[in-house]
Amino acid sequence: MAFSGRLGAGPALGLGLGVLWLSLVVGLPIAAVVVTAAGGGAAGFADAVTSREALGTIELSVGAALAATVVNMVVGTLVAWVLVRDSFWGKRLLEVVIDVPFALPTIVAGLVLISLYGPQGPFGVNLVGTRQGVFLALLFVTLPFVVRSVQPVLMDMERDVEEAAASLGASGVTTFRRIVLPVIAPAVLSGAALAFARALGEYGSVILISGNLVGRTEVSSAYVLKQIEAGDQAGAAAVATVLLAVAIVVLVLLDVVQRQVARRG
Amino acid sequence: MADTVVVTSAVSGRGGAAAGVRRPAGGARGRAHRGRRTAARRVLRLIAVGYVVALVALPVVTIAWHTFAHGLGPVLDVLGGEDFLAAARLGAFVAVASVVINTVFGVGISILLARYRFPGRRLLNAVIDLPVSVSPVVIGVALVLVYGRTGWLGRGLEAHGVQIVFATPGIVLATVIVALPLVVREVVPVLEEAGIEQDQAAQSLGASAGQRFVRITLPTIRWALAYGVVLSLARSLGEFGAVRVVSGSVAGQSQTPTLFVNDSYAEFGPAAEQAGFTAAFALMLTSVVFIVLIAWLRPKERA
Repeated sequence: MAFSGRLGAGPALGLGLGVLWLSLVVGLPIAAVVVTAAGGGAAGFADAVTSREALGTIELSVGAALAATVVNMVVGTLVAWVLVRDSFWGKRLLEVVIDVPFALPTIVAGLVLISLYGPQGPFGVNLVGTRQGVFLALLFVTLPFVVRSVQPVLMDMERDVEEAAASLGASGVTTFRRIVLPVIAPAVLSGAALAFARALGEYGSVILISGNLVGRTEVSSAYVLKQIEAGDQAGAAAVATVLLAVAIVVLVLLDVVQRQVARRG
Repeated sequence: MADTVVVTSAVSGRGGAAAGVRRPAGGARGRAHRGRRTAARRVLRLIAVGYVVALVALPVVTIAWHTFAHGLGPVLDVLGGEDFLAAARLGAFVAVASVVINTVFGVGISILLARYRFPGRRLLNAVIDLPVSVSPVVIGVALVLVYGRTGWLGRGLEAHGVQIVFATPGIVLATVIVALPLVVREVVPVLEEAGIEQDQAAQSLGASAGQRFVRITLPTIRWALAYGVVLSLARSLGEFGAVRVVSGSVAGQSQTPTLFVNDSYAEFGPAAEQAGFTAAFALMLTSVVFIVLIAWLRPKERA
């Protein structure tokens, strides 16, 4: 599949340039965040992260991201199943609509949500300045993740095992739990992990509908932005480091899941 | 071929999964089963379509409705306005610049990742993926800490008259980072699947590296590359959080289309509202074009 591993002069030069570029655009900036956060020592970092406002934003971001991820894990799996196993008029359109949250600029998503669920919305529901509004925005942006990761797995899945289980008298619950779920579980999990990471750091779609009320609807990313604009680099970096750490943990978990699948398959 | 139906007892989107499986049809029982199967299938379809429509399709229609609430005239006024044109020009420049950078880097790194084994390969892989999982605001802050006026490298660059943060280079840099993995993630699997036999054969027949790239690698990856480029374009044009931190958003100078939407919304008043919705509508139309392109490219990639 690959060369034995020795790099010639050309590829080695390319690799060097690539690594240099990555260091400048990703490595160094990330290091700067962590170093700035650690600048005040462990106590300074702890103070910055556990200030009432900072801690409140972290709790809200983690809680809302988790809730949105769980809902879209269940509904996303269902949508993927309908797209793969069902056929009906307008299915292709549905396929396209699912990608909208991926491609739509987040600030446009925010504007859209506020015009629907804001004070002048057609339903008379005003979610501006509420945590439900934050949750709704996160539901919107994380919709495609689980759908798009489960769909190809369901497509590739042979149905003969399900049929065999059914013909041997397995109940529907048993067939789903013992046969379908184990096959799609890694895909569901990796989709959910990506959705969670996305929701945790989301800014654009949330900021308009949340109203950014301190202590109520202020999310972590908005807090980080506020601190950096106020010149509090250490405070911004501290909460940014927490967000960064969670993102890295999610990536590592994802890697572990994918490795296990690769070993099994 | 018996269809299998997985029934999720989804009451308002929650609930555990229960499955009903069709058994070979026979007699009244079989008919009852088939009836239940069809009903269950309809319920599932309804939930799936309803959820997607309420969450995504409805909002998209709303924005068009708001934009054209006062007819076409005000929309054209906004689109012809100086600030919007400046924002559109900057947005296009930033998107194209970042896509070019990410394509060159992405193809190069993909070839290295797919064809060679070297120490640190896994770490390199992980670092490339990082920007997708990190909050765009964090990326913006990270850039300020390094390239800002008081940043690690910013101080030295400033002394030489080079400004990155609160100038166009900073906006391009932020955009490059958020779209960094998109090309790589599309191209690497295709290269790995294609293997290296053709490349080695060409090499043994005396083809130069450039010839092999143009005649073998490029044709192999072209659809994946096109897909990655479209994804990157969409992401680059729509980036908001990271750009918000590093731009300063001065109308006519450092305001991208997404910042234009945000700033218009913050202004209040009917004129600003019209401007915000019009720009949002323009961005939305662009992203719909991208989505259609993506949908069109996807099956080709599989073939």
